[in-house]
Amino acid sequence: MTPMVEALGIHKSFGATRVLRGVDLVVQPGEVSCVIGPSGSGKSTLLRCINHLERIDSGRLRVDGHLVGYRERNGKLYEMRESEVAHQRRDIGMVFQRFNLFPHKTAIENVMEAPVVVRRQDKAAARARAVELLDRVGLADRRDNYPAQLSGGQQQRVAIARALAMSPRLMLFDEPTSALDPELVGEVLDVMRGLAREGMTMVVVTHEMGFAREVGDALVFMDEGVVVEHGAPREVLGNPQHERTRSFLSKVL
Amino acid sequence: MTVRPDRPEPMNAVPVRHPGRWVAVAVLAVLAAMLVHTVVTNDGFGWPVVGDYLFSPPVLNGLKNTLILTILSMAIGIVGGVLLAVMRLSPNWILSAVAAVYIWVFRGTPLIAQLLFWNFLSALYPRLSLGVPFGPEFVSFDTNQLINQFAACLLGLGLNEAAYMAEIVRGGIASVEHGQTEAAGALGMSRAQTLRRIVLPQAMRVIIPPTGNETISMLKTSSLVVVIGYFELLTSVQRIYSVNFQTIPLLIVAALWYLALTSILSVGQGFIERRYGRGLQTGPPGPSLLGFLRRSPEERAA
Ligand SMILES: Nc1ncnc2c1ncn2[C@@H]1O[C@H](COP(=O)(O)OP(=O)(O)OP(=O)(O)O)[C@@H](O)[C@H]1O
Ligand SMILES: [Mg+2]
Repeated sequence: MTPMVEALGIHKSFGATRVLRGVDLVVQPGEVSCVIGPSGSGKSTLLRCINHLERIDSGRLRVDGHLVGYRERNGKLYEMRESEVAHQRRDIGMVFQRFNLFPHKTAIENVMEAPVVVRRQDKAAARARAVELLDRVGLADRRDNYPAQLSGGQQQRVAIARALAMSPRLMLFDEPTSALDPELVGEVLDVMRGLAREGMTMVVVTHEMGFAREVGDALVFMDEGVVVEHGAPREVLGNPQHERTRSFLSKVL
Repeated sequence: MTVRPDRPEPMNAVPVRHPGRWVAVAVLAVLAAMLVHTVVTNDGFGWPVVGDYLFSPPVLNGLKNTLILTILSMAIGIVGGVLLAVMRLSPNWILSAVAAVYIWVFRGTPLIAQLLFWNFLSALYPRLSLGVPFGPEFVSFDTNQLINQFAACLLGLGLNEAAYMAEIVRGGIASVEHGQTEAAGALGMSRAQTLRRIVLPQAMRVIIPPTGNETISMLKTSSLVVVIGYFELLTSVQRIYSVNFQTIPLLIVAALWYLALTSILSVGQGFIERRYGRGLQTGPPGPSLLGFLRRSPEERAA
């Protein structure tokens, strides 16, 4: 089976800061991988590399068997044109810590935007699908609200619906609940739990250990730009093998 | 007023007095009265003459030219400004540098000089031709025929305006959070789609007020076309008073028209600002007829 995400020896620096120093990560289709680690360990950067929002310096990164951002022909790498990168990103949904909803569009317009503009779906079909998706994230009655009129939890659920509207095969979540008030975290995690149950492949950067333990198929602990430990969530959380994992977990659990 | 027992008693404090404000109001009232008195009684204002010329054909003709010049120059300025701003922000340093040089030159030299330059372009290049540099020519025009006075006015005003608009648009684009571009990119939108559908509509909120200023300013700046012998509202009234010496009444005619146009533009700007302010203010949308009509009957009743 082709892995959904296959990252081998990923390196990434910003100037002199070496953020990723040889990261390996494999996510099988239908799997939920949770990524944890201290602030600045490179979790967001890794996630952003997976949909080519950041360009990797070395290593090989494949999504669904295809190199991300590059084409390989006769052993030579060719950088993809901007339109090809955009095409690749259609199948990878991303949910941001700060939601990044389009503030000038209502909830339903946010969800319809990419299907209409990118996939050139007709408006009526896109609207019907958006209604369905908003219903699914429990926001049927908030369709016509602008993001500024929604709570953080509601905004994040719209953002998830917006990503799902492109029918992605892979969903990336970058600390989707970190910007939320504690009482709003649950509603977002519920939606994600539902997604996982339906078999969506997900990579989730999170600080929610409960969610990782319950929903995750794999748990990845990153520190200083490398994957220190990785395995079944119960194993890693219950019986960490590395000192760094132990000391991180003792602080967050 | 009866106070219900469960409500706290209202504050019965003596409000702060502002005697200074009242003095200022009194002084202004006296000055205003004096102004109205002199404007009405001083025959020099020549109100009957104002009435005679306000809708006279030469004045209306000038007004028409002012409108045409303003609208077309602003159109050139806005389209050119967006193009220059996008070039300026391009990752391609050559495009960015070309835009920077353009803006530097056109903002850095007097508009009058630019108008004269376009008008006298034929002295520099008697013929303009399309072709390959140092290679064959495809078509060739007589510069004087291609760039008549009107075209020189539009080039001068429009290209100059583009340089100013470029900076306004650039500021607007820069005001949109980078997360917006990333979110659009992550959805598979191209750079052009992101600019058109996500970034520019949000940038509009920042772009519109100074653009309104620019347009109002262009109404009056367009009078500079007199230096190359073209005419508009102000030139028209000058031509009239240079013959009949009714200087003040005719300047009032021009002023009244400029004020009328400026007022219309301000109202239009308000509408456009509201249109692009959608969703960007927190809380429920303010009372607007369209919003009211769009809401469902139940919501309206509430
Ligand atoms: N665009 C950038 N330019 C320069 N440095 C960057 C950039 N993006 C990230 N970094 C640096 O890379 C390091 C890793 O950042 P990253 O956001 O991946 O960490 P993280 O693990 O997601 O942390 P957090 O839990 O705080 O979100 C940090 O030191 C950060 O300062
Ligand atoms: Mg992060």
